[in-house]
Amino acid sequence: MEEYEMFGYYLDLALRSLKRNRVLTALMVLALALGIGATITTLTVLRLLSGDPLPQKSAQLFYPQVDPYPAGKPFSRSGQMPWLMSYVDAMNLLHAGKAQRQTALARSRVKVMPKTQEGKPFYADSVMTTADFFPMFDAPFQYGAGWSAADDDSRAQVAVIAGFLNDKLFGGANSVGRMIRIEDHDFRVIGVLKPWAPQPRFYGLHLGGRDYGNGEGVFMPLLGARADGIGPSMMMSYGPGASMEHLETSPSIWLGVWLELPDASAVSAYRLFLADYAQQQVALGRFQKSRTALSGLMQWLRNEHVVPDDARLQTGMAFGFLLICVVNTVGLLLAKCLRRSREIGVRRALGASRSAIFGQFMAEAAIVGVAGGALGLVFAELGLWGIRHQPAQYASLAHLNLPMFLFTFVVALAASLVAGLLPAWRACAVAPAPQLKAN
Amino acid sequence: MEILPILASLRKHRIPTVLIVLEIALTCAVLCNAVFMIGQRVSAIRLPNAIDEHSLSTVGLSGTDEKTAGSDIPRNLAALRGIPGVQAVGAISTLPLSHNNWGWSFGTSPDESIFNKKTVNFSLFFLGEGADKALGLRLLEGRFFNADDYADSSFGSAPLPETHVTLVTHSIAERMWPGQSALGKTYYTTSHYYTVVGVIADVLRPNIDGQGEASNYFSAFYPMSAEGSKGNLRRYVLRSAPGDRDRVMRAAEQKLIELNPNGVTKSAIYSDMRDQYFADMRSMAWMLVLVCVVMLAVTAFGIVGLTSFWVGQRRQQIGIRRAVGASRGHIMQYFQTENFLLSGAGVVLGVALAYGINLYLMRHYEITRLPWYYLPVSAIVLWGLGQLAVLGPALRAANVPPVVATRSA
Repeated sequence: MEEYEMFGYYLDLALRSLKRNRVLTALMVLALALGIGATITTLTVLRLLSGDPLPQKSAQLFYPQVDPYPAGKPFSRSGQMPWLMSYVDAMNLLHAGKAQRQTALARSRVKVMPKTQEGKPFYADSVMTTADFFPMFDAPFQYGAGWSAADDDSRAQVAVIAGFLNDKLFGGANSVGRMIRIEDHDFRVIGVLKPWAPQPRFYGLHLGGRDYGNGEGVFMPLLGARADGIGPSMMMSYGPGASMEHLETSPSIWLGVWLELPDASAVSAYRLFLADYAQQQVALGRFQKSRTALSGLMQWLRNEHVVPDDARLQTGMAFGFLLICVVNTVGLLLAKCLRRSREIGVRRALGASRSAIFGQFMAEAAIVGVAGGALGLVFAELGLWGIRHQPAQYASLAHLNLPMFLFTFVVALAASLVAGLLPAWRACAVAPAPQLKAN
Repeated sequence: MEILPILASLRKHRIPTVLIVLEIALTCAVLCNAVFMIGQRVSAIRLPNAIDEHSLSTVGLSGTDEKTAGSDIPRNLAALRGIPGVQAVGAISTLPLSHNNWGWSFGTSPDESIFNKKTVNFSLFFLGEGADKALGLRLLEGRFFNADDYADSSFGSAPLPETHVTLVTHSIAERMWPGQSALGKTYYTTSHYYTVVGVIADVLRPNIDGQGEASNYFSAFYPMSAEGSKGNLRRYVLRSAPGDRDRVMRAAEQKLIELNPNGVTKSAIYSDMRDQYFADMRSMAWMLVLVCVVMLAVTAFGIVGLTSFWVGQRRQQIGIRRAVGASRGHIMQYFQTENFLLSGAGVVLGVALAYGINLYLMRHYEITRLPWYYLPVSAIVLWGLGQLAVLGPALRAANVPPVVATRSA
């Protein structure tokens, strides 16, 4: 009870003191708010960009890599593993079936022709993949379902489409069983997805297209789409005889392979299998290097630097700026407090304890912090509004969320309390007697 | 002005002194790196590009039947030529800064190309007849492609054009054959080889990385016949007076839709396309500018606040000095010199910190070394800022009257 009353008293004293120096107080709050606004804005973007695209599943998803490049002509001069896989290797891994689930995929831009009379053709982002794609990545269906492994083998002309494409083509109705024309071939719709777009699009890295933003519109069976001559957006060749038409036999990498491995023992078993596979390929003369890699989803995103450097630099810059603002606040609070050493001396002489003086000054710092945090939140909203109006792929996703909102206040309060420590300590060190004598 | 009394007084106020020096040092360190990054971005945004950027508009046409390209492309070109205001038209595979890149690595001798790590990656541009003129490529040496070159070239199954002639940029010529003329030289890959018939001024690649790199200009051009193009001549470029670009582009898009009902078009004025490419970079640069300005303002206000406090605290001292004969100028000078010393210490510490941050960034990001001249420039800026910020409080100090000052305490 007493504690509480004292706290109220400190608050009252602090408010009086802050009111006395309006300009100085405004400057402190403004500087702190600017620092916090900049930090929260950039942190929100960084968190958005480096977030987990599939939180419930990412720990079980793995990306295998092998190296079919000739020894004398490596994939990269810095020794990186090839990003993608050749068709032969991808199919070998898929058919081996050593993981709980496995899928291979490529991205493509495809022409979609509406069936209505007045509809104009347009291009849509698409994924060519295999049956396990949907259950592995927890893609949610609005209508219908994905295709089966048998559909993969029979080169079925079926497609799963995204909700937004279903709205555009069929007015949002259940379109399962309807036909759509893709790259001048007829495909039967067998499923419609609910809105789904993992950020970043981990499965599309190095396959061409965007890493953030809207998801793809069309998903087709890899073999079925290839039978129609639909080609991938990204292809890299490593030997003589590279061919655009016979991609399946060409010495080219153009597929990403993903595995679902439920636990650590499955991961280590797969590592052994992959190493074994590479050794075999060396023995067969297909590979010259037996090195392999198996990365978890989040590891893969980190390895490939999916977060733009600029986002990191901006965050670093914002923290530097916040530090300057905190130093600035320390200086100004200190200036204020030293100016009042007479007042402190009087209070001390009248019986205020050191801890009381300390509490009073910390209360003052805390008020500056809360005010700075509130104003900082306004600046952060302003900053994010600015970012939403920028051309970046992720722009439309930049919103302040509740944890960030709370974080703002924690940062503000922590910053101001740290800033208040030094002045408060100096204030409570003021001795009572000499101050009275000086007058 | 004596410096020793100032130092003695600063020693008495250690904490505020340290705070000001620290704030100036941090500002200096962040400022140096931010300005440096702004500079890097501005020079990337301004990279020269030897095509007629301000006269070009472009319409992409995809989704048409590749088998009839041999008759479709000449028909489309003829229709576009008929649009009033069009000075030249051509079909091409891609454009500089369009993000649509086709890269391949080449070496300077046939066997090297397989086993030499030092092959060089080029961006491949396929030109339909007339596209060289429409783009406004500038020939430095040799010749452009002739009718025979165009007629003899096509795509087979390989991801490389079936032809033996090429135009390369000046940067490629310098890299592949330094100090020699590139004309008549041949470059190789495992299955194909190409002989240089002309060297052109530097044209940017569809994708560039970093700035100031010669590799941004490793663009190579090949002739391509309409019938052999296999859907790769998808972009029509139109040259017109800058004022006509918008109208010409719309008319061209309309024409192409009418002639190719199955196709999908996408049009742009070239200078907008270039702006679009650098939009991210531009907004980053503006963000950095904003941070710098706000940071300088915060630092300046910090100096004003601390110095005002200082002046307030030393009214007595000042009054005594005034009473024993110090002029207003002396008092002003005192605070200005004091600030000069503080800024100086801050700048020295800040420059060291700036280089430290720069070294860290060089290790983790694509950033080059901070040029030496950032040191004197940032020193001058922060000294100037300090003097400006201290002016107000110093004037107030100078206005302390001698009598009042000694009486009040």
